[in-house]
Amino acid sequence: MTATVPEAAPNAAGPEREFTVESRSQTRMILRRFLQHRAAVISGVVLLLAILAALIGGRLWHYRYDDFLAVDQIDKPPSLSHPMGTTSAGRDVFAQVLRGAQKSVQIALTVALVSTTIGVLIGAFAGFYRGILDSLLMRFTDLFLIIPPLIFFAMLGRKFAGSGWFALALCLAALSWTSIARVVRGTFLSLREKEYVEAARALGASNKRIIFKHLLPNTVGPIIVNATITVAVAILVETSLSYLGLGVQAPDTSLGKLISDNQQSAATRPWLFYFPGLYIIVIALTVNFLGDGLRDAFDPTQRRVRA
Amino acid sequence: MLGFIIRRLLTSVFVLFLASILVFVAVSSLGDPLAELRANPRTPKSTIEAKKRELNLDKSVPQRYVIWLKDFGTGKLGNDNRGRPVYPQLKSAMELTLRMAIGATIIAAFLAVFVGVYSAVRQYSISDYIFTFLGFLFLSTPVFWLAGLLKLYGAIKINNFFNRQLVYTQGDSSPNFTGGFWARMGDYAGHTILPWIALALISFAAWSRYQRATMLDVLNSDYVRLARAKGLSNRRVLTRHALRNALIPLVTVMAIDIGAVFAGAVITETVFNWAGMGRLFIDALRGYESNVLLAWMMVTGVFVIVFNLAADLLYGVLDPRIRV
Repeated sequence: MTATVPEAAPNAAGPEREFTVESRSQTRMILRRFLQHRAAVISGVVLLLAILAALIGGRLWHYRYDDFLAVDQIDKPPSLSHPMGTTSAGRDVFAQVLRGAQKSVQIALTVALVSTTIGVLIGAFAGFYRGILDSLLMRFTDLFLIIPPLIFFAMLGRKFAGSGWFALALCLAALSWTSIARVVRGTFLSLREKEYVEAARALGASNKRIIFKHLLPNTVGPIIVNATITVAVAILVETSLSYLGLGVQAPDTSLGKLISDNQQSAATRPWLFYFPGLYIIVIALTVNFLGDGLRDAFDPTQRRVRA
Repeated sequence: MLGFIIRRLLTSVFVLFLASILVFVAVSSLGDPLAELRANPRTPKSTIEAKKRELNLDKSVPQRYVIWLKDFGTGKLGNDNRGRPVYPQLKSAMELTLRMAIGATIIAAFLAVFVGVYSAVRQYSISDYIFTFLGFLFLSTPVFWLAGLLKLYGAIKINNFFNRQLVYTQGDSSPNFTGGFWARMGDYAGHTILPWIALALISFAAWSRYQRATMLDVLNSDYVRLARAKGLSNRRVLTRHALRNALIPLVTVMAIDIGAVFAGAVITETVFNWAGMGRLFIDALRGYESNVLLAWMMVTGVFVIVFNLAADLLYGVLDPRIRV
């Protein structure tokens, strides 16, 4: 794990050794490995910018998504004053894309946060206590294996479509926690047999303490990786649902709904069609690269980078 | 082995049964199948009442479920809300979905194995980075957007170049088509090529990443080092020793994914306007067609169960160390 620290500072009585060994904590090793993964670092920065632009960009841009533009600016290709062009109804596409991205990002982040919390708790208890919770979890996973999750998404979307983005996000979260729960359960199943857990129990630690102080910190890697990937999956699922008309509803908009609204004019006014799709790709792609880098960084067997 | 199969099938049937209850209750709570009829003020009350009786809507949800279960048990899939039988709809949808899925899966599988092995053998080379990027790119691209690009650049440009309609962007075949057998096949091909490409690129992305990872694992193993130490040619080491073992996990993942394919690629079918299983599902959901939805779920559920079981058994066959 960590390199041993020399007991006395070497320069106290002159240099006894030719080189010193600096100790590195687990966190620093992970950070070092991550920073070596250039694609992941760049992706992280781009993703952060894309999310920031989505969340607050709409307020800074001088057109609103529901502003009607002057007649002479309607239906124009991209220009300096309208970097993504305008629609035939007289809206600024850049403002629309920012608004759509805002909804999509809000939904994706909520889904990742809520489903990770539910999944970690259920997975941890199922893996630690086994028993009925464990078999319930496994049957639930079986159910999702047999019926494609999109079916449930679509049904819930059909039911809660009119209730705003937050309801939609909760629906998606209620169905996406199983994968993270399975990952946490698997890690817990192997970790609970380790000696340090036995040692903690011998010292009189309660189950709660063992779960939250000993086991969970050792599961942080897979949890973070999984939460990251959930953001990409949630963005794609939300856009797909909105594309089918089962997600975000008018008058609001999302990236998927923008593509669905504009696909008929893709041949004549390509700018309406390209930019929402590119925004989705930028977010999903950077999330995937970030997840890849994090997976490598958290993997102690990764030998490509000396940590 | 036999015990394992029986146990798995029994649990699966039980889960399928639970799923049917869940879906039935969910569909009944979604909305009113007669809303369209009611919306018209000139529909006589007696018509609505008669329709209600015909669809058993005057009964409670559990009662209706039992009626459905009895019919299903005797092999009847029933009619949809307009009185058309469900079975022929399911059959024609399944045919279209198979036409779309089988071709796309074969293209994706070959592409994934080739690209995965190539990137693993040339790890950290420029071509590996390019393939990795492409894999992540297709993993991150919404299929409806990719399909839009294919229509724009594939279909329209090719048709303009040859100055005749070769590649179609809508539907599964031309209606009112007249011509011989080969002309008919050509028409099918023109309609099928874009959905194949769109679907294949999306599944190829995940599979090639998977193939690369397993191939890397195998290439770093001791027996491959031994094979090289024996002086076997690189080609023989790769094909005979490494690839054979690296294919095992991918084959099982593919079996599971193919099971899900029978549910239809909802979005690809919507974009290209194919009346396959995915479209059947979405349309049934829009019209609150509980009979269609349940029949759909039963058929796709059986396919998923069978292919999952096949994946498990295949694992045992391909890798003799694993006893199923």
